Amino acid sequence: MERRQRVFRDRLCEHLGRVTRFVLIALLLSLSGPAAPGEIPLAERKSSYELMGPDTRAMQDDDAANPGMLWVLDGEALWNRREGAAGKSCADCHGDAGASMRGVAAHYPAFAAGRASPVNLEQRIDICRAERQQATPLRFESRELLALAAYIGFQSRGMAIEAPAEERVQPFLQAGRAMFTQRQGQLNLSCAQCHDDNWGQKLAGAPITQAQPTGYPLYRLEWQTLGSLQRRLRNCLSGIRAETYPLGAQEYVDLELFLMWRARGMKMETPAVRP
Amino acid sequence: MAHPLLSVPGKAKRGEIVEIKALIQHEMETGFRVTNDGKTIPRDIITEFLCKYNDEEVFRAQLFPAMSANPFLSFFTTATESGTIVFEWSGDNGFFATASASISVE
Amino acid sequence: MPQKHSPRDHPGPTRRQVLNQGLTFVGSSLALWIQPARATPEAMRAAMRNVTGEATVGKGKVKIELPALVESGNAVPLSVSVASAMTATDYVKSIHVFNERNPQPNVLGVRLGPRAGRASFNTRIRLADSQTVVAIAELSDGSFWSESVDVIVTLPACLETL
Repeated sequence: MERRQRVFRDRLCEHLGRVTRFVLIALLLSLSGPAAPGEIPLAERKSSYELMGPDTRAMQDDDAANPGMLWVLDGEALWNRREGAAGKSCADCHGDAGASMRGVAAHYPAFAAGRASPVNLEQRIDICRAERQQATPLRFESRELLALAAYIGFQSRGMAIEAPAEERVQPFLQAGRAMFTQRQGQLNLSCAQCHDDNWGQKLAGAPITQAQPTGYPLYRLEWQTLGSLQRRLRNCLSGIRAETYPLGAQEYVDLELFLMWRARGMKMETPAVRP
Repeated sequence: MAHPLLSVPGKAKRGEIVEIKALIQHEMETGFRVTNDGKTIPRDIITEFLCKYNDEEVFRAQLFPAMSANPFLSFFTTATESGTIVFEWSGDNGFFATASASISVE
Repeated sequence: MPQKHSPRDHPGPTRRQVLNQGLTFVGSSLALWIQPARATPEAMRAAMRNVTGEATVGKGKVKIELPALVESGNAVPLSVSVASAMTATDYVKSIHVFNERNPQPNVLGVRLGPRAGRASFNTRIRLADSQTVVAIAELSDGSFWSESVDVIVTLPACLETL
């Protein structure tokens, strides 16, 4: 929001009486559609892409300059590489990823057969490795797992994120929402306080995004490498001086599930570039 | 081994100036970072990039730690004749990588 | 129930230990707290002299494009171009880029020739702080030309602990 608009809004709020303000808020909320109070109305959601400077956007837009594409290329090679005791490559079962993986990343986290809780895309890849390829699962945040996730995510680029439809995701979705809205850490902040209530404003000179995970795994300039949504969530937790969960923790998957639901309908950008 | 990402036009007119882009995966460890224990992480960077067009050097760069990780370079060359454009990256700890692309010039 | 995790994953000196060490070694290096040695404008000038020798460096012909405000000092897009016909007898031999506040003054040295067609390149560099970036071009006639640009470098909000 432009500074002049913010100052105007602040002054307006001061001048109106308290009661009048509550009436106004109630009116605005009733007009804002299916979002719950405090949530960003669906029509106002923005990818973090829109809050970046033009140079970072240009880096994402040019496939020949986007560093994330290096991992997509690597992922393509891994997709075709025979692995494990079964001696199978991903391609042996799934064929051409452009066809078989189209839209897949857009509906993760999701349930995997025989599992009691949803898994994210990286975990799903490891399940395939263990069960189908009889290969050792790849470490979280390893170059190879990220490359495969980037390659698969890339096949959904431009497609809309799908909200999970199954009833059985509800408890996990609610757990993710609870984590998003609860205050935590030494700074006693909730995700919602920055990303729902104060997106667009600045924190230490950088714009606060809405935290829409539209482009994961992504190349973060700060990391100087590609990383997963879990890595970013851990950064956030340590940023508010909260304890971080170990990689692969169910808490992250629940939160990912909620974030992807919150971003339903927005377009995938994998591999995105972010500052 | 990481695959370099190249952008070279497949076709060009004789005398046309074409843009070439090359991107390679490399951490470009500066040699200035220090761990929490106080140990300096040793330098490990790509130091040289060379582009040859039918064996003739058309672009050469010397890279220092101030170059970003996963170094990206885009530059120009004149399309003189059909042939092969070869890219070479070399650096610390014996790092060497090469890639090539064909260009057809009419 | 999440496992107990220390926010610092690596064992290391606590602030109290480091301060004690600093006091004990008065006069010798407060090494743990000092930033790595920075290039200074003087070091940058020395690095530039390495390239130009004692020749005069003219202002102009060189154009540097850097974003005025940088979101991440880790990958700053840099574009340098020199107005030149790039013919066999009149071309840009080399372009060198320097900085004044990274630990080291050199950024990149590019060698060109008439085959380049255009004396221009694009890359991404690291800038440790807000500072001045200088580009020097050497032409085929032996003359040197330069341009400099000031950049403001910000950092993203939530930095990751190593």
